[in-house]
Amino acid sequence: MAKKAKSTTEKRNLRNGLLFCSPVLIGLAALTLYPMLASLYYSFCNYPMLKPPVWVGATNYRTLIHDPVFYKSLANTAYFAVFATPAGMLTAFLLALLLNQKVKGMAVFRTMFFVPSIVPTVAGSVLWLWLLNSDYGLINTILRLAHLPAPGWMNSPAWSKPALILMSVWGVGGWMLIYLAGLQDVPVDLYEAAEIDGAGPVQRMLHITIPFMSPHLFFTLVMGFIGAAQYFTQAFVMTNGQGGPVDSTRFFSIYLFQNAFMYWKMGYACALAWILFTLILLFTLLLFKTSARYVYYGGER
Amino acid sequence: MNVGKRRKRIRLATVATYAALVCLGTAFTLPFVWMLVTSLKPASRIQKFPPDIIPMQPVNVRLDGRLCEVYRDRRGAELAVLEKLQGGMARVKPVNDTQAPAQIVSLDKLEPAIRPGLEWSNYSKGLVFIPFVDQLRNTLIVSICCVVGTILSCSLVAYGLSKIDWKGRNTLFIIILATMMLPAQVTMIPVFTIFVRLHWVNTFLPLIVPSFLGTPFFIFLLRQFFLGIPRELSEAAKLDGCGDFGIYRRIVMPLSKPALATVGLFTFMGAWNDFLGPLIYLLDETKYTLSLGLAMFTGQYGNEYGMLMAVSTVVTVPIIVLFFFTQRTFIQGMTMSGIKQ
Repeated sequence: MAKKAKSTTEKRNLRNGLLFCSPVLIGLAALTLYPMLASLYYSFCNYPMLKPPVWVGATNYRTLIHDPVFYKSLANTAYFAVFATPAGMLTAFLLALLLNQKVKGMAVFRTMFFVPSIVPTVAGSVLWLWLLNSDYGLINTILRLAHLPAPGWMNSPAWSKPALILMSVWGVGGWMLIYLAGLQDVPVDLYEAAEIDGAGPVQRMLHITIPFMSPHLFFTLVMGFIGAAQYFTQAFVMTNGQGGPVDSTRFFSIYLFQNAFMYWKMGYACALAWILFTLILLFTLLLFKTSARYVYYGGER
Repeated sequence: MNVGKRRKRIRLATVATYAALVCLGTAFTLPFVWMLVTSLKPASRIQKFPPDIIPMQPVNVRLDGRLCEVYRDRRGAELAVLEKLQGGMARVKPVNDTQAPAQIVSLDKLEPAIRPGLEWSNYSKGLVFIPFVDQLRNTLIVSICCVVGTILSCSLVAYGLSKIDWKGRNTLFIIILATMMLPAQVTMIPVFTIFVRLHWVNTFLPLIVPSFLGTPFFIFLLRQFFLGIPRELSEAAKLDGCGDFGIYRRIVMPLSKPALATVGLFTFMGAWNDFLGPLIYLLDETKYTLSLGLAMFTGQYGNEYGMLMAVSTVVTVPIIVLFFFTQRTFIQGMTMSGIKQ
């Protein structure tokens, strides 16, 4: 009798559970699982969109190995990820440290640093296009008034990526808030004990603050890399979808988009997408595998 | 003496902190100020070195029933230009002495006379160039539908994953978390072909319908929040004959308002910001959202910085106003997303 009651509850729970989760079950099937399999299949096909896909084996992947633009876009993306992520982390960390100094007007400064990060991406890109204008932009105006060399920024293949990195650093407000929350959780008595033991500010930073902040730093590092690998909108808007000058801002996602929706090479674009996915997966795994060495998770483990 | 030294050092550190905060605060704020200042300048005064710090306008006077530009010579005397001649020369008359005979001078030696003034026409012109009213309406339709869809679907799923005990729910949760890792580029093309087959291209449906099917990150956020609601509450309701949907609607949802507000806010911002989705699916200018409209406008009129800054300001201001009204929810949400890991 009791067993029967239990099994009806179980049945009802299963039914209700599936019912409540049905939106995501449909979503996973229609917008994730099927598209993943389909895109893997298309990556082995010639698929010009208007005609049905035709199986061509590994041709797309072979083309890719000999495609100089593929390597260029990969190198651009790596450049951006390697510089933009640490630059953003460093700036956000510095801002968080400053804000954590219990100064008056902290809320005002916090707002000043945070607001750039919520500016709509396209509006921010258009704004920076003007700030970075090589002749009359605000940045070069200031550099000229200070008698410093004024680079060509978005007109120069050498300076276009640094320009985008500079712009990305402006938007690190979100990370700053994450760090600020983390800094407020660092036990104060540790600092006091260290000070009594004669530890200077540098030692306290290296041996208390950074270890305690390492989970937050690690989280932003992973998110930053994944985001940088997919960097798209800003470069697309600022170069009118071209990735110029001289392909210097043709990032991986831009090249993928161009193949898919400008050249209508859907099969090739899918092959690129799978390469991107594989690289992100490998890199994330690598970061997680090595994280035990440099991430400190308090008492638990 | 030691105490005095220490106090001095602390004061020095405070001064240095303030100095750094003020410098960095200025650097982070200046782009906004410049956006606003540029949007209020006439086209003729934008591409200048050194630039006008406050918006300036050229001065005109009415002479003999005609509007004439005013120039200043080196001594500061104001001259009205009656007629521009070949070779950079012009026929001019002193502004304060209209009876004086006209002279012919070279314009190269003169500077246009300016006075502070705001140029609002960048806004009126820019907002006509892009069908602003249409695009604002489109953006609002898409954003609001996404907010409704996300809140509804994510809360239902989060309830199913936290408040109902069924076999397989943890597996499903892990699968949902794993899909957060999947870059959108992988699924983008087949999803596009699905929407092509449904004839949904150039409608808002491809932008709205997915939000009704759950967003992994928000499901995660709400599930964590729901787990914090005491079990006793739902047990008591169950004894009173309340079913799962009743508990969801009468107990869990009302208690989760802060978390739902965070989800709604972030979804709204995400939809307002979205560029790739509208870029792929919307074809007509009157169907564009503001982000896409602004990007296309930039592509066509890349040099009209006054208008570009005016439109950028108009796209940005609602978000900043929204931020100031919802600061608490915002900052809590940001830190919540960081603490999870």
